[in-house]
Amino acid sequence: MEALQTLTVQDLWTLAPELALLVASVVLLVVEMFLPARVNRDLIGWLVMLSLAVSAALVGVHMADLQASGASAVSVLGGTYRVDDFANILKLVVLAASGLVVLLSLGSVRREDIPIRGDYYSLILPAALGAMIMASSAELITLYVGLELMSVTTYVLVAMRKSRPSSGEAAFKYLVSGGVASAFILYGMSLLYGATGTTGLGEIGAALSAGSDPFERLVNIGFYLMVAGFALKLALAPFHLWAADVYQGAPTPVTALLAVVTKGAAFAMAYRTLFNAMGQDERDLVLPALAVLAAIAMIVGTTGALRQSDTKRFLALSGVANAGILAIPLVLDLSHVHTSLFAEFVYYLIAYVFMNVGAFAVLAMVERAEGQTGLDAFAGLYHRAPWTAGAMTVLLCSLAGLPITGGFFGKLLILFGTVQTRAYWLAAILLATTVVSYYVYFRIIRQMYMRGGRTEEPIRVTTPAGIVIWICALASVALGVLPRPILSWIDAVFSLPADLMVR
Amino acid sequence: MLEAIPVLSLITWIPLAGALLMILLPTRNARALRWVAGLFTAVPLVLAIWLYAEYKPAIGGRPYEEAYTWLTVPLSRAGAEGIASLELAFDYLMGVDGLSLPLTLLTGIVSMMALLASVHIRKRWKTFYVLFLLLQTGMYGVFLTRDVVWFFIFFELTLIPAFFLIGIWGLEGREKAANRFLVYNGVGSALMLLAFLMLVATAGFTATPGAGGDALRFSGSYDVLLANLSGSGSQSMLASDPIFQLSDGMRWAAFVLLVIAFGIKLPMFPFHTWMLRVHAEAPPSIVMVHAGVLLKMGAYGLIRFAAQLFPAELREAADVLAVLGVVGILYGAVLAFVQKEFRLLLAYSSVSHMGIVLLGVASLNDVGLTGAVFQAVSHGLIAALLFLIVGSLYERTGTTRIDELGGLAKSVPFMSGILLTAGLANLGLPGLSGFVGEFLSFLGLFESMKVLTVFGVLGVLLSAAYMLRGVMSITFGPQSPRYDGIKEARFVEALPMVALVALIVLLGVYPSLLTGPMQPSFDPLVEAFKSGVGG
Repeated sequence: MEALQTLTVQDLWTLAPELALLVASVVLLVVEMFLPARVNRDLIGWLVMLSLAVSAALVGVHMADLQASGASAVSVLGGTYRVDDFANILKLVVLAASGLVVLLSLGSVRREDIPIRGDYYSLILPAALGAMIMASSAELITLYVGLELMSVTTYVLVAMRKSRPSSGEAAFKYLVSGGVASAFILYGMSLLYGATGTTGLGEIGAALSAGSDPFERLVNIGFYLMVAGFALKLALAPFHLWAADVYQGAPTPVTALLAVVTKGAAFAMAYRTLFNAMGQDERDLVLPALAVLAAIAMIVGTTGALRQSDTKRFLALSGVANAGILAIPLVLDLSHVHTSLFAEFVYYLIAYVFMNVGAFAVLAMVERAEGQTGLDAFAGLYHRAPWTAGAMTVLLCSLAGLPITGGFFGKLLILFGTVQTRAYWLAAILLATTVVSYYVYFRIIRQMYMRGGRTEEPIRVTTPAGIVIWICALASVALGVLPRPILSWIDAVFSLPADLMVR
Repeated sequence: MLEAIPVLSLITWIPLAGALLMILLPTRNARALRWVAGLFTAVPLVLAIWLYAEYKPAIGGRPYEEAYTWLTVPLSRAGAEGIASLELAFDYLMGVDGLSLPLTLLTGIVSMMALLASVHIRKRWKTFYVLFLLLQTGMYGVFLTRDVVWFFIFFELTLIPAFFLIGIWGLEGREKAANRFLVYNGVGSALMLLAFLMLVATAGFTATPGAGGDALRFSGSYDVLLANLSGSGSQSMLASDPIFQLSDGMRWAAFVLLVIAFGIKLPMFPFHTWMLRVHAEAPPSIVMVHAGVLLKMGAYGLIRFAAQLFPAELREAADVLAVLGVVGILYGAVLAFVQKEFRLLLAYSSVSHMGIVLLGVASLNDVGLTGAVFQAVSHGLIAALLFLIVGSLYERTGTTRIDELGGLAKSVPFMSGILLTAGLANLGLPGLSGFVGEFLSFLGLFESMKVLTVFGVLGVLLSAAYMLRGVMSITFGPQSPRYDGIKEARFVEALPMVALVALIVLLGVYPSLLTGPMQPSFDPLVEAFKSGVGG
């Protein structure tokens, strides 16, 4: 790596989306302190929405610039930070998901539940910022900084329901498991650095592809450790045990944040690292391990959800299964002709964001009315809020992978990839767990339509939450009916060698 | 005239449009809802009848075909030379031929009759009709689409409404029945999807040379699959790459997956348990659709995909299928004989009759195939009629147990007469449609497997025994005083009953009405069986 460079104005512009979030979060934290108590803290929430939108607009401008200039990427800070289409696409997903979560919070968080709502809103910004840094980093240290920024913020967010002991318990568990994940990842990183003498992902990959390596075993152990750390962050079974407890204890919008934003960022990290830093030998050795993790995650997630009676734990395990599905494109053989791996991954990730946030939004409304999150809280929802029950049905169909929804199409594309690369065993597991998942997700549908509720009294859906629910439900259908725009867009802006690869 | 409009799409999507419209209507006005549902069910039926009348077997369905680009997924082409484009294409393709046409008409007729029979529905009408219309779109789509991915989508689209229809409006054990329905059919559709994707990734490949290099695409088009699998496709150099060839093992794998997938739906003998519960627990109008049309999707898929795409494999597996068919026939018949519940008797009777369809397919000749489709249509009508009466009787007596009913001919002579006619049609009385289907299937099988045919025909004898036992003890014998005051069929009930009986008689005395359009469609398939060329 070259000597330290000075940060130019041009570089600041490259970092503008991240800087926007950074400035906003600092300013809002200060504003919160000086704002008179009588001012509704929802104001901060709307300002957070605004800064997320500004950041997303800046990302959009960067994408247009990149497209116009014809260059594949802009690197700053000595090549450690890289703005390419891989990063930009994932940043947009992260920002959109965070925006939905904030909107949902505006419609569901109660003062009794989270007394410090101003801080709550402004803490979502650093989490999104960390996720964006993870998507853009081309170097181990930067990656780690992004990871820790996101993790530490989410530890705090999980603990926000101060009045409930379960929230503290969840935060503690999340802290410990997150710490373990960081330790695994750091240890793996240190082994890679020790063997190759560099922390740049591209340089590591080049060194490992170069030929005989005296530290081959150590490098492999390093990768295995990193995969274990990633798996912990992604909640891939058997590293998923924290998920159910943490999801249950956290405030519902934060659970949604954990389910989509941290997971998306962790996948960005996994993609970037595993594609770049590995030579072919390492790919052959380490990726099968990840494939096994993906398979176990699908099986454990689906069968585990079969027995859950709490909706949040249920959705946590559904998230485990979906993480397994999302990991499939990562582990498939590159040498065969098939979808660009990334397109199917991003497509399913987008579908997953919508269906999951939507489901959590409905859950948040049910929780407000019922005061609990058991599956039976959904009983009779059809009579109490027919439109919301309809939207939830669409979202659950998407989660189960039934046509015509985004979830169906994402699964179909991933499945097609496995069949084309002749990974039939993964295809079989994906299909088998999908069938079981019909039964799993229809448990909620049965509650909504076929059971009588505690009361017949209508459930009030707040406007922001209603908007979130309907954006998510309609997007899930739209993704299923017209998957083409998104896929063509990804194809137009993204190409594997130019955008994901650092070297 | 019909060629000028996208008639197949109209048939398929009009019910969905009706469903969307109904969501917006007020819930209170049950009568208006019923009329709207009736209208949106009737229009596709009229179109289907019109199409049937216009269809010319010699030309086939070509004038009605529709093809639109729906979705192309660009595939990564990094590192490939001389290629203009590489994509995965799932197009919107609709088509009709002698195989799907009768089943489309059947769908229309049974849906209309089931809709009329839905007067028994006493709660949540609006949701019922919305789901019912959705179900119709799924059923029409299954028979009319020509793209495997769309086929899968429509197939699943029947699954979701049917789950709700069974689970909300069924009898006491409805939830369990709905769950079983969902899981068994889910397994079937998953196997089907795997087989389809295996085919798309290999046989779905086409290369079109162009100025800027070859345009390569993986396609789910049924015609492309058929052409490539039968070796008549326009294969380029690239297509001879082993990646795009199905090995023998893979062909067999795909064939077996398809047979099991559609065998579950049919249902084929070891996979039939789920449908018993559905027959017993679902609301009568839904059982009409279920026994009348949904099971026939299995027969259709079996012929359309397993037989037409893999004639060579089918030829070798024909013995196994025929044995399974005969086992199904006898097993269903024997168990039907001991049932005390009339619905279950009919359920086992369905297992038995669908075994005959399997025999027709396994016969490998056009007589047998025609028989299989004829049997599917005829049983669709008969089963719909039987369950229509069962529904009406249940509404009046509150039971369908054979030992609790009796002597109904005294109080409801009209319905008893219809029940007797339906029972006779079901046992295969000549002059009614049931006879023709069974006769053709057995005749076809007799050409190829004589011994099995003999065993199969035994089932027909048994069916006379169980049907007459069931029907007689319901209509004749001492009448329980409980049923003295029960009323004869209302007009809305009598109308579909008479209509179905008329159709059953019509097909019985004039079968070429149905067999006419079919024959030419099976010619290429029968050729493939004869020549033994891997299809």
